[in-house]
Amino acid sequence: MWWVLLSSLRCIHYSPSSHPAPLCVPELGMFPELNNLLNTSPEGAEQGKLTLLCDAKTDGSFLVHHFLSFYLKANCKVCFVALVQSFSHYNIVGQKLGVSLTAARERGQLVVLEGLKSAVDVFFQPQEEPHPLQFLREANAGDLQLLYAFVRDALEPVDGGEAVWRCPVLLVDDLSALLSLGMGPVAVLDFVHYCRATVCREWKGNVVVLVHDSGDAEDEENDVLLNGLSHQSHLILRAEGLATGFCKDVHGQLRILWRRPLQPTAHRDRNLTYQYKIQDKSVSFFAKGMSPAVL
Amino acid sequence: VTPSEGVRRGSGRILAMLESLLALGGLVLLRDSVEWEGRSLLKALVKKSALCGEQVHVLGCEVSEEEFREGFDSSINSRLVYHDLFRDPLSWSKPGKVLPGGPLEALKALDKRTGSGPVTIALDSLSWLLHHLPCPTLCQTLHALSHQDSCPGDTPPGEQVRVLGLLHEELHGLGPLGALSSLAQTEVTLSGTMGQASAHILYQRPRQRPTHQTQWFSILPDFSLKLQAEPLLESQPRSDPHTPSVDPTTHLTFNLHLSKKEREAKDNLTLPFQFSSEKQQALLRPGLGQATSHIFYEPDAYDDLDQEDPDDDLDV
Repeated sequence: MWWVLLSSLRCIHYSPSSHPAPLCVPELGMFPELNNLLNTSPEGAEQGKLTLLCDAKTDGSFLVHHFLSFYLKANCKVCFVALVQSFSHYNIVGQKLGVSLTAARERGQLVVLEGLKSAVDVFFQPQEEPHPLQFLREANAGDLQLLYAFVRDALEPVDGGEAVWRCPVLLVDDLSALLSLGMGPVAVLDFVHYCRATVCREWKGNVVVLVHDSGDAEDEENDVLLNGLSHQSHLILRAEGLATGFCKDVHGQLRILWRRPLQPTAHRDRNLTYQYKIQDKSVSFFAKGMSPAVL
Repeated sequence: VTPSEGVRRGSGRILAMLESLLALGGLVLLRDSVEWEGRSLLKALVKKSALCGEQVHVLGCEVSEEEFREGFDSSINSRLVYHDLFRDPLSWSKPGKVLPGGPLEALKALDKRTGSGPVTIALDSLSWLLHHLPCPTLCQTLHALSHQDSCPGDTPPGEQVRVLGLLHEELHGLGPLGALSSLAQTEVTLSGTMGQASAHILYQRPRQRPTHQTQWFSILPDFSLKLQAEPLLESQPRSDPHTPSVDPTTHLTFNLHLSKKEREAKDNLTLPFQFSSEKQQALLRPGLGQATSHIFYEPDAYDDLDQEDPDDDLDV
């Protein structure tokens, strides 16, 4: 209950003019450099992939903003399950990247489940239909079937009509919040399993999820979730804080791991590591130890 | 060992690894991790069984049928029966295609396979089954599946049942891992170093001591296995070929290089405290035109100026 009250407070206090900036990470922008590292572009994005974003000792939400703007620019239909921040927060960041989430939502390209607002509705509004976050009300929440149903209805390709959007994309920020809300790791894994089966396999779309890595804090459930997802993912992007602590010029390290290549022994670099610095509208990447500030 | 002998021995060992994994029958446990995945080895074993003429039943929970069949040619695919638990294992779908009994029944149904002859059952993956079934139930069902008759002599070798189970190590605690380990006749743990995969194999033959073996291998795109030699331990890690070799001395605000003239001037400079022969000569001989030095002293008022040498009365 306390989480719901907290979220309702956040909704009340929020107003566009007094948007609280994230504490340590400045506002972000679209990252052509990250596209280069991943060998991808909005025009030539791969399909049918599960991408796992994780962060350890740092804030990896810049990756979420990147993929959100990336897939909107790639003309994909996006279903965004936003459990951690309000819609306006993502909108403001998105504008720096050059996409307008409000416009995308109005033209039907973007469907957003605003977790913070919807959670309040579950408790204080009469529910005629089952709500995707229904599990908040239930004492023994079994599974995330209703959330999956929401995603499926949002992204289902319209029969008979011509394909307006390129491919469906599901973006979740973030799955660790579901663990905090009382779901077991197997339930969350099942939810991602069904999303993968439907969105990736059946509809040839993509799924991008963010999970926090507890690191030293022993969180067995989070570890099961993280490892289970790692086994299923095609691409893992891991943002880590520097082992030596906070640094003004190097905000962290990004590890890129390609898994499940089509060929078991494909000569593709499976594991790359770069360091990065987040700036106002972009993120610059460089090889380890090669930050311009330290040369 | 001549090169040709080595090759022949090597190819003998290639067959030996897959065959020996399949030879014991019963449960073959493949333990993999995020870094060293085991599905390729599972598919290699499936391919080997199919090539030996066996029927292969795959209980697929983690990947779709198309993805599992990818890389196999038609002769193998025709012997492969895929039981799909990937698309809708928990009956969430809209049309409500109910899988009667859920995963457990699907697993038990494999026991009632039709047809005679040796059968290989591949479980992809045991981790998924462990997450959705209680561990004792799963162990009992596995035992029934892979159970060989109490008198091994009764069952002709052709009727052996092999169960290949893929297990993701990090997802389970020691209890379930230990339970499955004790059920297995052969246990393969995948790891590796420096990009080279290795398999640590533990054979538990009945009434014999367990034997260990470590093989370095790689799996080719057509899912055949290739043995590798053990990689030599290098003292330094290989430099990442994708790291651009950037010269740190470019784009600096200060100059690190010397021009020729500057270098000559530097070499010709004598340092002030360096004792060279020229300096020695200059000190020994007063230079031409160098005035002798005088000391000018203004005595103070209370000074006692005595021209005598104060040491004169010393009797030295």
